[in-house]
Amino acid sequence: MSIDIDTARRVAHLARIAVDEKDLPALAGELSNILTFMEQLNEVDVEGVAPMTSVTPMRLKRREDKVTDGDYQEQILSNAPDAREGFFAVPKVVE
Amino acid sequence: MGELSKLTIAEARDKLRAGEVSSVELTRDCLAEIDGADALGAFVHKTPEIALERAAAADARIKAGEAPDMCGIPVGIKDLFCTKGVASQAASAILEGFTPEYESTVSQNLADDGAVMLGKLNMDEFAMGSSNETSTYGNAVNPWKVDDRDLTPGGSSGGSASAVAADLCLAATGTDTGGSIRQPAAFVGITGLKPTYGRCSRWGVVAFASSLDQAGPMTKSVRDAAIMLQSMAGHDPKDSTSADLALPDFEAALTGDIRGKRIGIPAEYRMDGMPDEIEALWAEGRKMLQDAGAEIVDISLPHTKYALPAYYVVAPAEASSNLARYDGVRYGHRATLAAGDGIEQMYEKTRAQGFGPEVQRRVMIGTYVLSAGFYDAYYNRARKVRALIKKDFEDVFAAGIDAILTPATPSAAFGLGEMADADPVQMYLNDVFTVTVNLAGLPGIAVPTGLDKSGLPLGLQLIGKPWAEDEMLNTAYVLERAAGFVSKPSKWW
Repeated sequence: MSIDIDTARRVAHLARIAVDEKDLPALAGELSNILTFMEQLNEVDVEGVAPMTSVTPMRLKRREDKVTDGDYQEQILSNAPDAREGFFAVPKVVE
Repeated sequence: MGELSKLTIAEARDKLRAGEVSSVELTRDCLAEIDGADALGAFVHKTPEIALERAAAADARIKAGEAPDMCGIPVGIKDLFCTKGVASQAASAILEGFTPEYESTVSQNLADDGAVMLGKLNMDEFAMGSSNETSTYGNAVNPWKVDDRDLTPGGSSGGSASAVAADLCLAATGTDTGGSIRQPAAFVGITGLKPTYGRCSRWGVVAFASSLDQAGPMTKSVRDAAIMLQSMAGHDPKDSTSADLALPDFEAALTGDIRGKRIGIPAEYRMDGMPDEIEALWAEGRKMLQDAGAEIVDISLPHTKYALPAYYVVAPAEASSNLARYDGVRYGHRATLAAGDGIEQMYEKTRAQGFGPEVQRRVMIGTYVLSAGFYDAYYNRARKVRALIKKDFEDVFAAGIDAILTPATPSAAFGLGEMADADPVQMYLNDVFTVTVNLAGLPGIAVPTGLDKSGLPLGLQLIGKPWAEDEMLNTAYVLERAAGFVSKPSKWW
């Protein structure tokens, strides 16, 4: 499977990573090489095999549905690039 | 100076208890060594005040009696672990300036036992790399040298490996997603243990691939790995995949008696083009275990060949999801925006500036294999192959194999920059012997057992049964004693 420039542009956008138009051909080439490497997986007979969901057979723990943690707005905002009046601030989202 | 920093954990523990040395003395010695070793690029955030404060507290606790084994032991912490009030940036520019308000469970467990944090250690960005060359801090350098070249300490836990091998600290934490503890340990001639998936809590460890990530100790001896794992491991309600199982006494398991144990030698690990030295090292390892009374059994793990491609689907897929959180909103870097830029441009510019090339590559590969139309062909297929790889191991363990012996790496440490022009896939091949263990969730340990022609360390890997780190450590202990590896790098830094 080879990735063309349009696909590379689309993947970069899906991943929310800005890539210059001039860098797209090289990116497409790199991604194609890696995908070619992955194509070996097509040699394996996986008929009837269930995809792994958990590497250790373990029942997830359950607990009562109640608040056990929280109430530290200040700490949560302390690392924000832009926090105002108790909120994270971002560029305008809604027109 | 520098004599105390050379001690093993076990030696220091005994000296501390006997009152022959104080933790403050040990810590000061390590801090001086660290300050003289900037050329190694191992410590990237030094925390001498915290260290001396904890050392004084540890001394008081030891004096009062009943101190845990790790009490007063100076260690380094990989930058991937969140440490309260101390920069924790996973060696990424996108987490520039991030100082967590909380402490990871593993580093908290160590602190609760009185261990002394000396600082944070270099690594590949988000633990993605095998040479510590993707770090925003610059390279970590291997203390071993055989010519003019600076060699890689391996990756991703390269700073941890370099610091322990150069005696800047007594031990260090590492994390291992595809070999990131065991490969660097082998490259610098120390012991590195990746526990069974679920043995150590992942809470507060910056996530790379959540179904593969495990924290573990990187130490100067197998006994030290046992002691440090005891402190790091254990159930944590804050990590739903952490196992609620009682911990065995790992150090007590080191009896040196492996008579009657069945050690598997997987045919598929004999790779085409494997250097003779690695082959010879492996043969010596087999002989050592045989001489100790173990039975050597040829085994087959038929899906080994597909482990690397499966890993390079599963790990980037999980990474693309985990790293979606770095969006410039809640923490870390945010790009400066141009007039009229909206939130989308903010995300895209922030992530383009903050992530290095290897991280970008893996996030995009992960995005691709999870995208509509390709999910089944890549991601689901890889998860099926992963199930088959795990079954390979289950089959040999069910047939009575107790542990598996393999080389740890396909070569000795290579020069920094030597892989710069290589295809990324070439770098991925470093993990060929270690990655199966992560895919199957098993414990693995790298033990230094020899030197190559040029005088660089080489290691062997033992793979254990799930939750049988105790037994695996004991076999590693036998290997360590038989190999008698005592070489140290000579100081040039």
